[in-house]
Amino acid sequence: MELLQMSVRAMSEKIKSKALGVTETVSALQKKIAEKEPGLGAFLTINDAHLKMRMDEVQKGIRSGRYAGPLAGVPIAIKDNICTKGLRTTCGSKMLENFVPAYDATVVQRLHDAGMIILGKTNMDEFAMGSTTETSAFRLTKNPWNMSRVPGGSSGGSCAAVAAGEVPLALGSDTGGSVRQPAAFCGVVGLKPTYGRVSRYGLVAYASSMDQIGPVGRTVADCRALYECIAGWDEKDATTVKYDVTKTLGHEPNAEERIEKLKGMRFAVPKEYLGEGTQEEVREAVNGAVKLLERNGAVVEEISLPLADYAVAAYYIIACAEASSNLSRFDGVKYGYRTDEAEKLHDLYVKSRSEGFGEEVKRRILLGSFALSEGYYDAYYLKALKVRRLIREAFDRVFANYDCILTPTAPTTAPKFGTALKDPLLMYLQDADTVAVNLAGLPALSVPCGVDTEGLPIGLQFIGNAFCEDMLFTAAEGYEELRGKFPTAWEQVGSGKAGER
Amino acid sequence: MEQSSKQYDTVIGLEVHIELSTETKIFCGCATRFGAMPNTQTCPVCTGMPGSLPVLNKKVVEYAIALGLATNCRINQRTLFDRKNYFYPDNPQNYQISQLYETVCRDGSLEITLDAEEETERESEIPEKTSKTGQNAGKKTTKTVRIHEMHMEEDAGKLIHDESVGISLVDYNRSGVPLIEIVSEPDMENAEEVIAYLEKLRMLCLYLGISDCKLQEGSMRVDVNLSVKEAGSKTLGTRTEMKNLNSFKAITRAIGAERERQIALIESGHEVEQETRRWDDAAGVSYSMRSKEDSKDYRYFPEPDVPPVLISEEWISEIKNRQPEFKEEKAARFVAEYGIPAYDAEILTQSKHLAALFEETAKLSGQPKKTANWFMGELLRLLKEAGKEPEELIFSPKHAADLIVAVEAGKINQANAKEVFAKVVEENVEPVSYMEQHGLMNLSDEGALQAAVDEVLVENPAIVEEYRSGKDKVFGFLVGQVMKKTKGKADPGKVNELLKASLTKM
Amino acid sequence: MIKIDEAVLEKAELLAKLKIDVAERERTMNEMEKLLLYTEKLNEIDTEGVLPLSYGEPGEATLREDEVTNPDGKAQTLANVPVQRNDCPVVPKTV
Repeated sequence: MELLQMSVRAMSEKIKSKALGVTETVSALQKKIAEKEPGLGAFLTINDAHLKMRMDEVQKGIRSGRYAGPLAGVPIAIKDNICTKGLRTTCGSKMLENFVPAYDATVVQRLHDAGMIILGKTNMDEFAMGSTTETSAFRLTKNPWNMSRVPGGSSGGSCAAVAAGEVPLALGSDTGGSVRQPAAFCGVVGLKPTYGRVSRYGLVAYASSMDQIGPVGRTVADCRALYECIAGWDEKDATTVKYDVTKTLGHEPNAEERIEKLKGMRFAVPKEYLGEGTQEEVREAVNGAVKLLERNGAVVEEISLPLADYAVAAYYIIACAEASSNLSRFDGVKYGYRTDEAEKLHDLYVKSRSEGFGEEVKRRILLGSFALSEGYYDAYYLKALKVRRLIREAFDRVFANYDCILTPTAPTTAPKFGTALKDPLLMYLQDADTVAVNLAGLPALSVPCGVDTEGLPIGLQFIGNAFCEDMLFTAAEGYEELRGKFPTAWEQVGSGKAGER
Repeated sequence: MEQSSKQYDTVIGLEVHIELSTETKIFCGCATRFGAMPNTQTCPVCTGMPGSLPVLNKKVVEYAIALGLATNCRINQRTLFDRKNYFYPDNPQNYQISQLYETVCRDGSLEITLDAEEETERESEIPEKTSKTGQNAGKKTTKTVRIHEMHMEEDAGKLIHDESVGISLVDYNRSGVPLIEIVSEPDMENAEEVIAYLEKLRMLCLYLGISDCKLQEGSMRVDVNLSVKEAGSKTLGTRTEMKNLNSFKAITRAIGAERERQIALIESGHEVEQETRRWDDAAGVSYSMRSKEDSKDYRYFPEPDVPPVLISEEWISEIKNRQPEFKEEKAARFVAEYGIPAYDAEILTQSKHLAALFEETAKLSGQPKKTANWFMGELLRLLKEAGKEPEELIFSPKHAADLIVAVEAGKINQANAKEVFAKVVEENVEPVSYMEQHGLMNLSDEGALQAAVDEVLVENPAIVEEYRSGKDKVFGFLVGQVMKKTKGKADPGKVNELLKASLTKM
Repeated sequence: MIKIDEAVLEKAELLAKLKIDVAERERTMNEMEKLLLYTEKLNEIDTEGVLPLSYGEPGEATLREDEVTNPDGKAQTLANVPVQRNDCPVVPKTV
């Protein structure tokens, strides 16, 4: 499909130069979505109501020069925990099944201002709590590479939609790996920006001190273009910082230039991330990528990050504690699910919440309430916060000597449906490679680096120092050139035949 | 019941909430105007919409620092917010953003002034109270009440109850209005000290202009933590927290009642339970607010959405330099600078606005003592009659001063001057033109006055004769006749002078 | 070593305003216990003298000026309210 062979910048250029119409572009993708969705299930809501109007607006805006940026005219999908004015935002929960926000998230506002077109809202684990998109209250999303496999999560819908060619770009959110891990499972590129880089205003909070909205694209360059569109200080989010965001201007570097930039760049490979729990093929693929970088002039050294083994434990305490508080606003009074019968206030709360939330969400709220409660606060919550500081300090020491850390994005490739739900602890341990980054607030990017024997994609994680996204992109783009073109799911599997290989 | 002979001490600490008079709420740009239609002053932030985030109002921090400086607190240069988690419908997020661990101010104190003689019952509200102290001026003692900490937090919304159908309605207009909570140490022993502390705190806030501190309207809320212990004992008893105290009178009554309740429990062999109680002022009793579905476990934890607030030395000194002259300083200066009695200075500085009006009028008129007399007499009487607060005064000091100058220059008599003063106070009229328009000026034209004198002498030959024969008493009658002829607008001194001269000449 | 029993679960339910069905209680308790036991491996790390890190990035809050920026928000506040009356959300009586 020609439309999806070009970069998003090229697509926008064609639209701006009138070689491609806005309606034509959107229709082609709508056709693709209609064809794929029944089997794939990446979307929860298709933006029908406002689309026609928006297409006209964008076409006019491009003509008048109002939309002249690098992504003008490009369609996008949004994870369903990011508020879109007038467009249902469910968070994958029965609790918000009919919730229509009265306001746009800041990132959505920025997409609008850039002249982008929102095609719909994507499926996710309920309130972003999960790693497979199976905790969604509404539907399963399949992995476009193999329909018997999960797409990963919680941004499974966004990554599956990009991987299946339904949209060129999508937004996800990443609290413990929720952009990077499904990006790895679906063979696309996903970034978790530095905490404070992208506004969280309008992102329905899971764990406020770790949540970040992140871009998903087919290539590093696509991902970077979307990042540059959404990043930067926002007066509505006090945790965003005022540091400048480097923008790619004019000429994009060619292949040689990209590879050239790797020369002398210093990479650290922590051995703990390639240990026992890691699937053999994942280890091989990551080692292969490391050697490729080394052969092309990068400096690669093995290091030790012993605290990595404790990240999951600290992460789940902190995430659940914050979630227990963040999700207390869902009580049947102001919005969302309300139980039919409740004579007393206490019953209204308990019934609305117990009926509206799914099992995994309830489990995490209970765990978080417990960890913050009198008598346990110091032993669980405070202890986790102290370990968190040690983890951050350990990363700081690494970045005093290295530009970038390389790890697998996930210990395995995409599992089959149903395996994670059986054992919550096992599911949490799948996040071992991603959560430390969220605890430390650092940026990290997942880039496909190979496939396993079943043809399932493997992700390579680039971790950078805080606010060094620019460097991460440069490193990842260099690697991408060395690796060569990675097949897309639809090329690999062929539309309509997915899962039958 | 058998009366015990044991003596008990009362130990009281206060938690005072001050609602700040900022234009906007603490974490969003919604207005804070009192009395707006339900839910009009709301936005995604103050209604707890999914995805909304708080952004701290700078003015709230400034007000907290200013009050902290005024109460000798240590200002925390890195202050943090915490979440207090509890479910209640007036609290849209089901958590309140407050401060527990690193509050904005700590370790302060307030010096309170008390009447030296023991006063057991105090029933009056502030205005009456001060006049009482005024008369007892000189017999005072002071006491220091320590302040444990002071913190910023958001207010809750309002619940409107509809008993008939068994529902409550939620209005979020007040949700997110900024509050400062001032927590004292348990350093007070009786209601008199409590009221003195609250008055002092209220006065500081009024002078700083950070709150109007009205108990009835809820812009000042007082929770009383009280325990009793055997006199002289070092061990503190179990304390209760009393809420819903809407006047100084209610506070006084509640303190008395709670002290008695706790003593009765102890004497009958029961234990005082640590709990929150609600005062019913009409019934004169309190009720426990406990319910089995509520937990006291608030699970405080650092608010991740509001990063640390850094308060620089420069910021603090900037605020320090802007601090107003507070009441005590101002009253002392009025005595020294304008030579007015200490009692007058005390009354005139009860309100910063009143003090400012006084000072400006005194300066413009050049007659500070006369100005004080007008303010203490006429002005306070007019306010009382109108049932108004000094803050509501709108007249310009220039107008008041012009009138005082006119009186002193003999241009208007006292009775007419009072009439004009009332017009100045109520409608801010320009007094000189008002006096002219309404013919209230004294007759200053000597010729016209002499003509009136001459007429009176001609019209009353018999009286003139009596005077000349030595009956001095009739002189007053002649003066009265001249005043009558001039409709009271003649300066009586001038009339005396002219009349005497004319009679001598005759 | 933490033990999650009925009393602990009930306390957590009370705080969280949740009620786990009778049929699910045993499993919920087991899972909570298993997860909490796993987190106890944090005790292997010496955190003596370590300050807790509770913020995503140790920055400084940007503050807002005290200026009214929001228009009348009634319509958007009420847009999703399930049960309302006189422009207010309704709850069972609280007193």
